[in-house]
Amino acid sequence: MTVELQIETVKPANTQAFEAAGQGKTLGPFKMQTDKLNAWFGQNHVLKDLSIKFRENQVTAIIGPSGCGKSTLIRCLNRMHELVPGAKTTGNVLLDGVEIYSRRVDAVTVRRRVGMVFQKPNPFPTMSVYDNVAAGLKLNGVRNQEKLDQAVLNSLKRAALWDEVKNDLDKSGVSLSGGQQQRLCIARALAVEPEVILMDEPCSALDPIATAKIEELLTSLKEQYTVVIVTHNMQQAARVADFTAFLYLGQLIEYGETTNLFEKPEQELTERYLTGKFG
Amino acid sequence: MVLKEQQRKEEESFRERLLGFFGHSIFQFISTFFGSVVAVVLALMAIVLVSGSFPVLQRFGLSFFTGVNWNPVIGKEAFGALPYILGTLVTSAIAIAIGVPISLGIAIFLAEMSPWKIRGPISQLIELLAAVPSVIYGLWGLFVFRFWIRDWIETPLSTYFGSIPILKGTPFGLDVLTAGLILAIMIIPTVSSISREVMMAVPASQREAAYSLGATRWETVRIGVLNYSRSGIFGAAILGLGRAVGETMAVTMVIGNAIGPAALPTSLLKAGQTLSSLIANEFNEADPTSLHPAALIGLGLILFMFALLINVFAQLLVWKVLKVKGGSVE
Amino acid sequence: MMPPSSKARRYKDRIAFGLCVVCIAIAVVPLVSILVEVVANGAPALSTEFLTSPPGVIGEAGGGVGNAIQGTLILMGLSSAIGVPVGVLAGIYLAEFGNNKLGHSLRFLNDVLAEFPSIVVGILAYSIIVATTNIGFSIGPLSIRFTTGLGSFSTIAGAIALSIIMLPVVTRTTEESIKLVPATIRDAAAALGIRKWRATVSVVLSTARGGVVTGVLLAVARITGETAPLILTVLGSNLFFTGLTHPVDALPLRIWRLALLPYDYAREQGWGAALVLIIIVLTLNVTVRLVTRGRYSMVRSRI
Repeated sequence: MTVELQIETVKPANTQAFEAAGQGKTLGPFKMQTDKLNAWFGQNHVLKDLSIKFRENQVTAIIGPSGCGKSTLIRCLNRMHELVPGAKTTGNVLLDGVEIYSRRVDAVTVRRRVGMVFQKPNPFPTMSVYDNVAAGLKLNGVRNQEKLDQAVLNSLKRAALWDEVKNDLDKSGVSLSGGQQQRLCIARALAVEPEVILMDEPCSALDPIATAKIEELLTSLKEQYTVVIVTHNMQQAARVADFTAFLYLGQLIEYGETTNLFEKPEQELTERYLTGKFG
Repeated sequence: MVLKEQQRKEEESFRERLLGFFGHSIFQFISTFFGSVVAVVLALMAIVLVSGSFPVLQRFGLSFFTGVNWNPVIGKEAFGALPYILGTLVTSAIAIAIGVPISLGIAIFLAEMSPWKIRGPISQLIELLAAVPSVIYGLWGLFVFRFWIRDWIETPLSTYFGSIPILKGTPFGLDVLTAGLILAIMIIPTVSSISREVMMAVPASQREAAYSLGATRWETVRIGVLNYSRSGIFGAAILGLGRAVGETMAVTMVIGNAIGPAALPTSLLKAGQTLSSLIANEFNEADPTSLHPAALIGLGLILFMFALLINVFAQLLVWKVLKVKGGSVE
Repeated sequence: MMPPSSKARRYKDRIAFGLCVVCIAIAVVPLVSILVEVVANGAPALSTEFLTSPPGVIGEAGGGVGNAIQGTLILMGLSSAIGVPVGVLAGIYLAEFGNNKLGHSLRFLNDVLAEFPSIVVGILAYSIIVATTNIGFSIGPLSIRFTTGLGSFSTIAGAIALSIIMLPVVTRTTEESIKLVPATIRDAAAALGIRKWRATVSVVLSTARGGVVTGVLLAVARITGETAPLILTVLGSNLFFTGLTHPVDALPLRIWRLALLPYDYAREQGWGAALVLIIIVLTLNVTVRLVTRGRYSMVRSRI
């Protein structure tokens, strides 16, 4: 049974919600934010006047039913959306207050500062574990063997993979298990020292044990990075995220501290989604 | 009435089933038969080449493959295929060395770098290169291209580097270098289209992985696409080699047609000869009562073995790559 | 520790793009030059006399390539008559029954033959059809002796050689076209109670018709330009077609022979013949590509 709702009865979150959420805690500034972001795939209007903010050093989850624009949103945050032919965006996206779509900003730099982990692990199959992690560094001109070794070590440690691969650094990237490959991709993303990490349903292709390992990782990652995680699994959002945003049909419906949103959602639509009335 | 209809139905279905059963088997048999024609052709080829060249092989043995003299006159026969084997190898090597990088550049441009709108027209244009018959390449090579090469490449090379052994000789235009370069042009459509297919089969997630690390477009192509398609591109190059080895007419019209020891490719600026060009040149005048035809068929045998080796190797590579990446891209 | 995204990387990207464009130019320049030269040099030679009369005396201007054009057309028709049925049936075999070891091997051999040097195919046709071969063997008291080959260069030998070259191409494209027919069509035919073999022949094949015809036309365009096998099989001639067992002339052969003569008129005639040949070949190619624009690209890429 499909649920059809008029857009007019839906009240999107307003900007005060962002400030209001997290009252009473010492929180850093907003690392990234969008302002009236619109995105299209050809004629398909996917994101509609979306304004959302992400707090520094916190994990923000983005939830919502399929097709609500979650993936499109985070791909706008690191300028990957524009790589698709026929894609278009209007509106602002700010990183540390600077517009990332401005002509003076190189998309390449943005993508280095805002890293991404994908739904299906995608290590480079022709490269070893070591080379996969070092790939981004070598692109940026780091040639010193010692520095590379150190960076690979640190990244793999931070991705909680070091112990499992430290004797197998020369093995092909795809010879690892699914969960290990995903942590390898995380390590690879961490190696270029991003400031924000975007995760597009990173655990949907993994088994529960591998998923648990990655969720554990997120708590330690947020100490150094700002994490935005898209997930269709509400329980996962409840487990790992400090803040949660609920998207529906390309619009932000509600935003708040995770516990508040899940226990006392303000919008009827949010409540209906959370209680499984539609999905 | 009902019984009659019942009977008729039973008859019909029996007849139909009979026809259907046999029809299917006959159909399968006929089409399998025709499907096997290609195997018969290749087998016949091998038989014909071996038996046709047998007299020469019997007489000269291994020296047929290692000798350098070539004299068809009855009584003074000498048949040595080495200069032509080397000629084929050298011209093909030039073709690969120049043609493959250019084809790669084209494939990368069409698969990764160009705006979508112009991909169609440009790839059609490149495909048109493959439609030009070989003899017209030869004609153009004989009257136009060789002068370009002579004036723009060979004369400067000879003037400045003429003392290097492989560049010795008076630049004339009809030589191994020109033949190699024309072959390079001729293999471009094949190598570039297969490379392009292979590149397009690389999953989008690979490119995304590279981009998300902050790679530029060229860097993404390098680490996300080219690495992944390495073996497929190699297969495409080998297929190009196969084409170059088998090419006859364009080569025979620009290679200068040397015979015997003079045909040894000691310099790029010397006239030469390949296996296929010699067969084309001499076959019609070969005296059937002499060993000459058998010797030419012997050259064909060598060519056959080369082509078989190269093509089998290439097909294995290309098949493996394209099948693995997603069966529909075949 | 991270150096900022440097200008050097951006330059490398630009240079890489530039080099790729240069590669395209290197490929396009010869194509344009060939077309220009053929048209510019060949057009003056065209005349009714040129297109309809046989060659004149060597050394004297006059005469034409009429017999060569006729020969080419006859060879195109004959080799298609042989190569197309065999190729289509082989393609049907591979598409319908080819999912086993035998099928895979035959498909593999087919692809190998497709890239084979055409002159070796010429040697095959020569040995079996042109040269007379006496084959005899005896088993005990029984002895069999027969002779293959006609003893002379002939049109039929050339047609067979060309059909062998055509065969793998038609097979491949037919197979691809049949594979493109959606399974739903076969399901529909089966649901109507049509036998599988009948369904293939009538329903599937007619749906795949477009792709098959495309492949055939492109294969014909390819063999029209083949020269090497013809040298060994039809020899060439100065007369119009005189019979299947006699030599015949063909445009590519004539072009080659004219190009090697040291006379000015020969050179001009050579370009003229080249113009006629290229018009035939390119017309076939371009028509096919225009008519099937977008569709059957899978089929076309297999040539």
